[in-house]
Amino acid sequence: MKKVYVNEQWCLGCHLCEYYCAFANSGMDNMVDALKDKKIYPRIQVEEGNGINFAVNCRHCDDPVCVKSCITGALQIDDGVITVDQDKCVGCYTCILACPYGAVMPAEGGKVIQKCELCLQNACGEPACVKGCPNRAIVYEER
Amino acid sequence: MKQTHTQYLIIGNSAAAVGCIEGIRSADREGTITLVASEPYHTYSRPLISYLLEDETDEQRMKYRPDDFYEKNNVTALLGKTAADLDAKQKTVTLESGETISYDKLLVATGSSPFVPPIEGLNTVDKKTTFMTLDDAHWLEKEVTKDTNVLIMGAGLIGLKCAEGLSGRARSITVVDLADRVLPSILDETGGAMMKTHLENHGIHCVLSDSVAKFEPSAAILSSGTKLPFDVLVIAVGVRPNTALVAKAGGDVRKGIATDEHCRTTLPDVYAAGDCAESLDITTGQEKVLALLPNAYMQGECAGLSMAGNDKPYDKAIPMNAIGFFGLHILTAGSYEGEALTEQAEGAYKKLVVKDGVLKGFILIGDIARAGIYTSLIKNRTPLSEVDFDLLKDHPQLMAFSKKERKEMLGGVKA
Repeated sequence: MKKVYVNEQWCLGCHLCEYYCAFANSGMDNMVDALKDKKIYPRIQVEEGNGINFAVNCRHCDDPVCVKSCITGALQIDDGVITVDQDKCVGCYTCILACPYGAVMPAEGGKVIQKCELCLQNACGEPACVKGCPNRAIVYEER
Repeated sequence: MKQTHTQYLIIGNSAAAVGCIEGIRSADREGTITLVASEPYHTYSRPLISYLLEDETDEQRMKYRPDDFYEKNNVTALLGKTAADLDAKQKTVTLESGETISYDKLLVATGSSPFVPPIEGLNTVDKKTTFMTLDDAHWLEKEVTKDTNVLIMGAGLIGLKCAEGLSGRARSITVVDLADRVLPSILDETGGAMMKTHLENHGIHCVLSDSVAKFEPSAAILSSGTKLPFDVLVIAVGVRPNTALVAKAGGDVRKGIATDEHCRTTLPDVYAAGDCAESLDITTGQEKVLALLPNAYMQGECAGLSMAGNDKPYDKAIPMNAIGFFGLHILTAGSYEGEALTEQAEGAYKKLVVKDGVLKGFILIGDIARAGIYTSLIKNRTPLSEVDFDLLKDHPQLMAFSKKERKEMLGGVKA
């Protein structure tokens, strides 16, 4: 299955992936309206330090501990893609406690969680972070 | 009396039972599965009953699996039926209704029951409940109004979630506990004090280091002599694993049902999982009941796999709790014996516990971002000498791992 993989040697730490992610999941048509002067809540997050940068998002694990730990059944795995039903989620954060990559986070407002769904649920249709990465520091492919 | 046969029999209908069904079905699509449960409801998430009281969820959304779960997994669900007797030699379970079911493999996932302490005068209290089931929540919905003063015995996870759930419905809520702090099973003194202040700021009155000596019909008399009047009483002082079926059949039972790393009991072809069973806490090396939903699911799944002939040990059990009150979240894991590193800020508390060169446990309040990175250090018993622990002390991050490990984590390189 295709997943988002990181080539950390090419990551500039520009954070564009975070902006593309937040935009793709905003449901809005215009990036400026969606993001300008707003705190963004991306599902991919760049770590930086000492000349090393890399982006982290959901690994879509084959044996996902977040799904198994979810107390509501809101997290599910379907054809290898892990998604959250935010209508079922109550924001208990058990998944945040469980995810070994730190790739699940509270959504804006903190009442539910959010995570990368590979943009398969939004209008983008494929990972917007990868499309927007200027440097192929993240790629969407089979490995 | 009627006798039927099933390959897999499951007693219980919560997280462990569902984990077991999914475990069996990942290895065996065909074998017949029968599930027996006392409660007449589709599988629902027990911890959500407090969210139901707050109107943060409803009965449909509380369902732990979709409506077609039993059908899709080809499970015969006998809901509203109680298992009365287990004959491990004959490999049969007899129900209270009289019918007998024979099995090849049995999972006991009977959960736990609220402990009701024998306190003088408790029988004179008219309006009282425990807080464990959907029916309990519905009873509280009915009984608690804007004029109701609620007294909750127990400032643990269940008692305080009940308090939060009722806070918008009741006139007053008082919680009383013998412990000197709230959430004594998961918090230290500092964390407990912080949460107590937070709860009191939201109108939950906490009476600690005190206990109910006796009840009058509408008041509790505490050991200190204080009299607390109430209209509705909630008893949440702890739970007891439901072990009777296995004990009576001759299986080993300690506090919970004794199990091995495949969730097998000492009875042949009988497994146990969830709140009725013990598992090995790898942070202390002790066998204990880890009454936590994720643990129940994973034990159940492990049992299901083993029942279907696909052994995969469950050997990473640790205590872990995610709980929040009025928007302030607590994530904890592991055990707290060892060297403690603590940090406090406005609305936030962090404690990391290190022993024998590995992370043993943590408490995070407020700032909980990416806590699972800490959890996995505990589960994997990662030597802290192999990671940049100074970075991790600051906050959980993958930068603290070696380039090679990051390639495995993020680059799809197989270990």
